[in-house]
Amino acid sequence: MKIAVLIKQVPDTWDDRKLTSGGCVDRAASERVADEITERALETALRQKDADKSVEIVAVTMGPGSATEALRKALSMGADSAMHLVDDGFAGADALTTARVLASGLTGADFDVVIAGNESTDGRGGVVPAMVAELLGVPFLGPLNSAHFTGASVTGERQSADGTQALVAQLPAVISVTERAPEARFPKFKGIMTAKRKPVAVCDAASLRMADIRNADGNVVLASRKRPARTAGRKIVDDGNAASQLIAYLSAENLI
Amino acid sequence: MSNIVVNVEVAATGALRSTTGHLLQLATRLGEPVAVLAAPAGTSDELVAQLGKLGAPTVFVAETPTATSHVAAGAVAALAEAMKRYAPRAVLASNSADGREAIGRLAARTGNPVLLEAIDVKNVEGRITATHSVYGGTYTTESGVGSGIAMMTVASSGEPAPAAAAPQVEVIQLDVDAHAAATITATHAAPSSSDRPELPSAKIVVSGGRGLGSKENFALVEQLADSLGAGLGASRAAVDAGYVPQSHQVGQTGISVSPDLYLAVGISGAIQHRAGMQTAKRIVAINEDEDAPIFDITDFGIVGDLFTILPQLQSALEARAGAGV
Ligand SMILES: Cc1cc2nc3c(=O)[nH]c(=O)nc-3n(C[C@H](O)[C@H](O)[C@H](O)COP(=O)(O)OP(=O)(O)OC[C@H]3O[C@@H](n4cnc5c(N)ncnc54)[C@H](O)[C@@H]3O)c2cc1C
Repeated sequence: MKIAVLIKQVPDTWDDRKLTSGGCVDRAASERVADEITERALETALRQKDADKSVEIVAVTMGPGSATEALRKALSMGADSAMHLVDDGFAGADALTTARVLASGLTGADFDVVIAGNESTDGRGGVVPAMVAELLGVPFLGPLNSAHFTGASVTGERQSADGTQALVAQLPAVISVTERAPEARFPKFKGIMTAKRKPVAVCDAASLRMADIRNADGNVVLASRKRPARTAGRKIVDDGNAASQLIAYLSAENLI
Repeated sequence: MSNIVVNVEVAATGALRSTTGHLLQLATRLGEPVAVLAAPAGTSDELVAQLGKLGAPTVFVAETPTATSHVAAGAVAALAEAMKRYAPRAVLASNSADGREAIGRLAARTGNPVLLEAIDVKNVEGRITATHSVYGGTYTTESGVGSGIAMMTVASSGEPAPAAAAPQVEVIQLDVDAHAAATITATHAAPSSSDRPELPSAKIVVSGGRGLGSKENFALVEQLADSLGAGLGASRAAVDAGYVPQSHQVGQTGISVSPDLYLAVGISGAIQHRAGMQTAKRIVAINEDEDAPIFDITDFGIVGDLFTILPQLQSALEARAGAGV
């Protein structure tokens, strides 16, 4: 089985994340890390490989040059190779353009499964995996709380707005996982050493037949403003009266 | 006036999802709503009547068995057909898993750009724009599409539906190719959690964290929520520990809430939790650690033991309710 895992590099949620004045992700303002949910997607793939050594895992990202760090980490965790889709023309790509680039990179590589996170922490749009499935003409299963691969098919529990659904589809398919997917393993020393020798294929717009991208036709940010930071108000230490003081506060504020 | 297509979602119970009225309201602000429903043949009468009560002036029903047997396939085919017939300026869907898949696939199929997670929508001199909350409300952005039809997911809810209408109904039979769709083999409706308000639209939200220590103790937070008529939230740590289902998670990777009052109990206030609640009008926290980061953003902070304070709070609220205050 050949699995592609979609990795996204994002501003670290532990940092003070910023937008540029143009309303785009300010990549310089904070530490960049592989999004936790895409590491859970990788973990889902690695568990297949733990059970069956013949499983081949390719970590795929569309992102700027710096995104190689996220791919290196994926390789050190156990992916076999990586594919970096990188081009100046991809900067500012919206969800549909991103999906087209990813689908173009995935086409012809004979993947049985593509695994993605359900939504990224910087965008939260949560549509790219379904778009990739549509562009590849294969089923999409997501967001899945759990996934099982049985020969030529995949089954899983999908989290819907008001419950869950059991799904099944033939492979090849695209799936996306939720935070219920297992937490990612840490790279081991040996993994970090061997990662340096693993192949990273680099593809630009021309080689992906995506040289005609026009970001201005897509989703464009028109304005952006920062909310003033919150400031701390009153703080009391409970001396036995905290409950009644809280009730007094809530009723003074007309909250109860 | 331009048509605005609205994707109608049906819940596991067979009723319209609670986001439907809000979507119709937003569509009314942008133009003339066309509610699009994919449903198995002969099952739509009651749903169409409900859509009329929610103010849909036009309902387009595409009858196909795939509406309930496969994920998204029926909805996407119905929306694509409605786009041909009604030439809309925008397509609106909720940001549920169903809404996201429908919009994602439809945008990819028809080559139109997306506007995602809108908390508000506007039609300014014919240009449709969306407002978004970025990085947990730290930024607010406006966006539009450069060209084409805007494919939108909507993150907000709670606004009332437009006035009831007697809709014009068009029903067609649709052949849907479901070979590239996942098959639904079973559906489990989550037990509806009493009459608690839904988190995104609740006026008060009471949330509990790891500080509660166990699923049994978490009942203290649930009781407090119920006495305040509040929605029930939780930190990711509380969800991971199994105190409460994931649907209650507030934060970066959970639900975003913006209530009049947010009451955090036994929650440290990690940056990812704050990303889901820092736009609340008033924030109150109870935490035994006076240096907990939650206190950086509270309007009223209580340093103390939640196991002492919550029972006192509970009986004071009950006494107050008994006295008819
Ligand atoms: C990518 C990513 C996404 C994330 N998304 C989310 C998210 O959506 N939502 C979310 O909440 N977290 C999220 N997190 C996790 C987040 O970083 C924190 O781990 C989590 O919020 C901590 O939950 P907590 O405050 O309940 O637990 P803790 O941080 O362990 O805090 C427990 C608090 O309870 C207090 N306490 C203990 N006992 C008592 C007592 N008897 N009385 C009073 N106070 C007491 C303690 O002082 C402490 O402050 C995310 C993390 C990452 C990396």
